Amino acid sequence: MEIKLRDPKEVMKLSRLGSFHQSKLSFLRSFLQEFKNWEYKRDLLDLDENGFGVVIYSFKKKNRIYSLICFANKISDQERSDRVIATKWDAAFTLFDGVPKKQDIERLKQNVPKQEVGRMSFKELTLSRANKSVRIFDYVVECLSKGKQPDKDKLAKVGYLYRTTAVYGSGKFGLADRFRIKNREEIYGPFRLEMMLVYLVRQFTFDQVNHIAKSKNPKKSVTLDPDISRNLGIGNSTGLGMAPFIVNHPLLLNNWIMARETALKQIREIKEVKKKDVDLIINCLQNSKKNIENWNTESEFQLLKINNLKKDLDLLLQYFLTKFDFEREFSYNDLYIWAKNNLGEECLEFMVSVIMEPYEKITNPLIRTMSADEEKFFTIPIEKTILDLRKVLELKYSDILKIDFKKKENNQNFWFISKNKEEPRLANRFQDEGSDLEQPLAIARDICKLYERISNEKNSLKIGTFLMNNNDLRHVVRRAFITEKFPYAEIQDNTIGSKLMPIDMLRLKLSFFGALKFDPRSDKWLRICMFQGAPLPNELTKSDDHWVYNSIN
Amino acid sequence: MKSFSEIDTTVKRASKSIGFEWGIAEELGKNIRLLEMFGLAGLKNLNSYFKIYNQKQFQKISLISKINTSSIAYCPIISGTNFLDQVINLETLDEINFENMAYPLLFLPFVSRSTEIIGKRIFLNIDEKEFLLNFNQSIYSNYLSGDIIDFAKKIKIKFIENKNTFEENEWQELYKLSEGTFVEETEQLKNSAAGAGLTDND
Repeated sequence: MEIKLRDPKEVMKLSRLGSFHQSKLSFLRSFLQEFKNWEYKRDLLDLDENGFGVVIYSFKKKNRIYSLICFANKISDQERSDRVIATKWDAAFTLFDGVPKKQDIERLKQNVPKQEVGRMSFKELTLSRANKSVRIFDYVVECLSKGKQPDKDKLAKVGYLYRTTAVYGSGKFGLADRFRIKNREEIYGPFRLEMMLVYLVRQFTFDQVNHIAKSKNPKKSVTLDPDISRNLGIGNSTGLGMAPFIVNHPLLLNNWIMARETALKQIREIKEVKKKDVDLIINCLQNSKKNIENWNTESEFQLLKINNLKKDLDLLLQYFLTKFDFEREFSYNDLYIWAKNNLGEECLEFMVSVIMEPYEKITNPLIRTMSADEEKFFTIPIEKTILDLRKVLELKYSDILKIDFKKKENNQNFWFISKNKEEPRLANRFQDEGSDLEQPLAIARDICKLYERISNEKNSLKIGTFLMNNNDLRHVVRRAFITEKFPYAEIQDNTIGSKLMPIDMLRLKLSFFGALKFDPRSDKWLRICMFQGAPLPNELTKSDDHWVYNSIN
Repeated sequence: MKSFSEIDTTVKRASKSIGFEWGIAEELGKNIRLLEMFGLAGLKNLNSYFKIYNQKQFQKISLISKINTSSIAYCPIISGTNFLDQVINLETLDEINFENMAYPLLFLPFVSRSTEIIGKRIFLNIDEKEFLLNFNQSIYSNYLSGDIIDFAKKIKIKFIENKNTFEENEWQELYKLSEGTFVEETEQLKNSAAGAGLTDND
């Protein structure tokens, strides 16, 4: 039986994309899988009694070495802020290509803590900073220095000791351009080096907390229990900066979603389902109930989603335990059809993620397809005709063409770049200044304009000739022809309407990163946790690939 | 050193800011990145052009023909965009000339990218400077200076037919040598070494 890929007009709606969960395809999981056999080392720990100084970690295989350099700095409580406008952080990090020399460390000491206003070189691959959790960092130090382990319940409410506020790569602030490293076998997956940085930062947080506790009380202190450490991740605070990324990288977006949809299709096409595989899925579902119980948020929007997920998860488990028929062929397909009719979006997409767990034979080859050579499809196919373009618009953008942009509510917002921080922002077109400097992110509106513009053009007119007088729509002509080839390249929704929830866009990207516990702090920024439950670096070789569903306190 | 990614982003934004449409600004981001990657002074030339862009008048050509002349200097960006969009038709003209173009180095990446569309090399003359544009993979040139070229009196674009750089006899001589790596097959090898059965009909 051949199952069709799900329709992009169903999958690429913002509310659906905002219901995605991490999966075996997520970048942090594929990073761990790739690097589990690399040699991990802490090369330097040069911290004072308060935990300030330099720490270096590395991953090594054959002649390739990646080194994370951590700079821990003293800042006052007033200076600590998650917002991107902050200028000081508790710690700053860079991933160095190779082994840094003394001169490199000195140079980076002057630049890495400055983040956006510092300058990196092509030897540095990624850059980040993080702040201590004021809720638990000092508490953990206090406990350890007194010789006792911190209270697990208290830690579970936070889930991390440090929270990053941005992770940069791909040429930002002078970092190495992607082209310099893209052919390396170990980093074929997207954001792999960003994931490495965050993973090693997590280890830094444990080493720092242990070091400070020991300095405080050398005789009595204990180190953080590995079971507790494992259940702590790295927090991340994310604002709108991520949202335009998925609009600006249509081919990459397509490849991520295509991998997920292909995995689902291939699982639905499994003729005979093995009991051990279903047992694994049931086990993951049951274990994840604990994680979901510990998913804390004050956001009403998210609470509603979590409650629906909990309710639907019970139904899903019940289905697996009572209705799942191994005797029938293609029983995953039956499951999917049942789930589509009986579960909400949040749980449906959760299920799509979980059923991948037993099938690395399906997911592993797909991970290799998730990067993109976007330059290859940048040039507009000028030899095509208006008829070709019209067909693409009518076929691929039919839902978007139904949006009436003459209505104020469909046109309410505009995206702009803040002068202060060079970061994307969203504002009300009818109340705020700056819409004349709008970024080209209102794709749905511009596609509608394009469709209207070509309505009176001759079918045989070549695109190259059409562009001669219509360069104001050149950016969407380019996109339309990308979407023709890559069905999941476009969000099938209005990104400037009054009902827009920007966090849906953030969650889509973060789910592919492998984030857990989405905690919206408003409709424009959210907190998440990464690597919570992941094996520690010294356990990587023996680690269980399904760690993400294991019990998290 | 600025990364190519930074150059791309900043050029795109600057180009929009000076008055180009987003779609053209996107092209310029990629173009200046390309020039810088090939070691040509793209950013310097663009910056210099943008300083005068809104103060002077430039000819914004739409339809490009075999010979293009204007008393007002051609805008290299509009000329380049239209060259890229019309290159399939222009290829039939064999040779194209522009007289009087401002900042011609900014025109070059459009022509370079066009070689990829038509699958042919292009020989570009910017006055006495020569550039061989190879399928947007490399640029061979006698121009090595990183200076600003603010004006070109004459630009010549010559489409080069796909042909080898060597003669047939030179090929045969080399092929003969390559045969030295082949093994003469015995009857037995003929039957067994290819993997097929004795009957090769189906």
